[in-house]
Amino acid sequence: MDPAAVMNRLQFAVTIIYHYIFPQITMGLTLLIFLLKTKVLVSGDETANWAVRFWGKILGVTFAMGVVTGIPMEFQFGTNWSRFSAIAGGVIGQTLAMEGMFAFFLESAFIYLLLYGEKRLGQFGHWMASLLVFVGSWLSGYFIVCTNAWMQHPVAYRIMPDHRIALTSLSGLLNNPWAIIQFLHVAIGTVITGSFLMACLASYYLLRDRHEDVARKCLALSVVVGFIACCAAAMPTGDLSSKQVYKYQPAGFAAMEGHFHTDDGAGMVILGQPNMQTMTLDNPITIPHVLSFLTHQRWNAQVIGLTDFPPDERPDFVPPLYYAYHIMVGLGTIFITIMGLSILFLLLGKLRQQRWLLWALLLAVPLPFIANTAGWVTAELGRQPWIIYQIMRTSDAYSQNVSTGNIWFTLLGFLGLYLFLAFVYFFLIVGIIGAGPESATPTIAQPVEMR
Amino acid sequence: MVTLWFCLFWGTLAMFVVSGGTDIGVGILHFLVGRTEQERRQIIRSIDQVWKPNEVWLIVIGGMMFLAFPALLAESLSGFYLAIMLVLWLLIGRGMGIDLRDRIVDPMWSQFWDVVFWLSSILLAVCLGAALGNFVRGVPLDETGGVFFEAFWTNFRLGPDTGILDWFTILVGITAVIALTHHGALWLSHFTDGPVQQRSARLADRLWLVLVIALGVCVLLSTIFQPQVRINLASHPWGVILLLVAGAALVRCKSLRRRGRTLQAYIASGLSLYAVVICTAFGLYPYVLPARNPEYGLTAFKAAAPSESLELALCWWIPAALLVACYFAYVYSKMPSKFPLDAEE
Repeated sequence: MDPAAVMNRLQFAVTIIYHYIFPQITMGLTLLIFLLKTKVLVSGDETANWAVRFWGKILGVTFAMGVVTGIPMEFQFGTNWSRFSAIAGGVIGQTLAMEGMFAFFLESAFIYLLLYGEKRLGQFGHWMASLLVFVGSWLSGYFIVCTNAWMQHPVAYRIMPDHRIALTSLSGLLNNPWAIIQFLHVAIGTVITGSFLMACLASYYLLRDRHEDVARKCLALSVVVGFIACCAAAMPTGDLSSKQVYKYQPAGFAAMEGHFHTDDGAGMVILGQPNMQTMTLDNPITIPHVLSFLTHQRWNAQVIGLTDFPPDERPDFVPPLYYAYHIMVGLGTIFITIMGLSILFLLLGKLRQQRWLLWALLLAVPLPFIANTAGWVTAELGRQPWIIYQIMRTSDAYSQNVSTGNIWFTLLGFLGLYLFLAFVYFFLIVGIIGAGPESATPTIAQPVEMR
Repeated sequence: MVTLWFCLFWGTLAMFVVSGGTDIGVGILHFLVGRTEQERRQIIRSIDQVWKPNEVWLIVIGGMMFLAFPALLAESLSGFYLAIMLVLWLLIGRGMGIDLRDRIVDPMWSQFWDVVFWLSSILLAVCLGAALGNFVRGVPLDETGGVFFEAFWTNFRLGPDTGILDWFTILVGITAVIALTHHGALWLSHFTDGPVQQRSARLADRLWLVLVIALGVCVLLSTIFQPQVRINLASHPWGVILLLVAGAALVRCKSLRRRGRTLQAYIASGLSLYAVVICTAFGLYPYVLPARNPEYGLTAFKAAAPSESLELALCWWIPAALLVACYFAYVYSKMPSKFPLDAEE
């Protein structure tokens, strides 16, 4: 593969993977904060209000990180992928511009009021702010997924004689069936991250016997929401996602499943290492017939293998794709187990006493980040070698006028800067966790005089 | 339709210059007018509520460029690759500076972020000014088609092989620093009190003349270096009115300042900046990316997205813009009229 294309992909991958750490927390947390604030409004629950302020602080730092690492993403379309942008701007420029106009203004206008405006807005106004920030961040997610979905499964377009792509219908673009399924799966993934994060800190406080009331409230909420989300990530959204990949991107599907050869009654691979020299799977552990059943609802249906696709239509990084997908699915199974056990003990009223389970919830916190990232890696590697599926190849998309030396320069720059930001972020989050919910004052540093 | 999007694009760009420019100006002034910890906190507080929505204009500009003029986005962002990346890093630094400074009350912590905030603000002003200068001067496009790549600098001359920085674009960059500092000083002189207000007011007074001279020189040089400006002025003499509006707003700004009507002075300064940006657009039309050799410049019509895309985009853009206006009205109405020095902490 073209080394320049690889460099451009690497930089985009590094910056987007790093960026996505933060929006997934934001999307998950804004939902949970909104639920907590609703509780405050409905039952006047002051403990929940402390939780809102505490999580607001974490959201504040995370949101800031998401904003600053997000701005480079949009501009990299132009800087590194200029040939793609010039051709597809008429379509995907729409959703990206919509994100700015509909979502970012909403989020950025109300995040400050959510974080610092409780006193000024009153409880109802504060609840409203939590709702608007939640809506804003999920809308932003939808527009981005819509952009990606169009690249995965182009709809509502027309190719002009000069190769540029024109949009033929706005509702077609926004109602892309691929986007709806993908968004549900992605959004649920963020709720899993948010729930595990909340459960992690709650467990931490409970294991230390600190902040008992707030921690119990947060634990209960996060386990209930988390369990629902973990189940929904597998069924129906995960199932629908893989069916749609099978239907529209069969080569990518075969690669991610590690299914090399066409087979009647194909088995589902649980473990094994893809061997690209022999095009087989080493040390495979498979469950017979399951892949056929999941794709066709028939135990002996034929599933096309990777080797039956022409080499230039197969994804170019098969092993990472295969592993990413299996890591996501494997972790998803672990999540259901952890959250399932937690909700069981919660319903029995004995979760507080299960220190081993609290430990598990505490230690599990990195896993949803890995699973969400692995899911996106699956989607992006699975689409290869196309940048717009079946329309434009990734190797035809990057900026030819930017030399690889310049990309090295900026990639290293991003790495250094992001490493520094990571330290700052952890430092701040650890500080907030150490201070605990009780230190969260209702409002900070606000002028008293009102207009 | 293309001309309409050309206007919308530049209008949005001007919105960023006026609103986001305020925050940049305030950042440049951070050390100049904020001498103590308490004063610096006051300065940050005065923009804390609005800088994020203001910066969203920049993201929207990117989005609008993408949807309306994809070829412009593709050619200019990749051609200015290094400068764009630098701007992105500066935006990261500035955002972190504002957002993180007061999260920990510790002198070393806040000093560090103060410097990050100040330095990235001043460099941002230079970069954005120099970017505008590049658009006015034209970029080295040639007959081989629509790509170019500019190094940061070559020999600082306006030869055929220009870099992003030459003496003209540096001059525009410095003018941008002056203009935004002036603008930011007017903001602070309205929204703060105490020593910060006094220093800002004094600074705004002193900068005014410098600004008028610098802007005048830039306008003059632009007319000399960019032949399209002369062509457009010859065919549409009414364009001079735009320049007059900018000049009048600046004069008005001065007199309002003198009478102590700080908010109106700030708005007048915003109006003059808006008019200056629109003047630039007027002078460059129909080019969105002029070339050193006018023959190869990229026009709006060549850069525009397919017309169906533009028409569909207009359907949602107008209601979205109204919605945005509501958000801004709400956020600014929730702003206190003063951020006093000794606010409760």
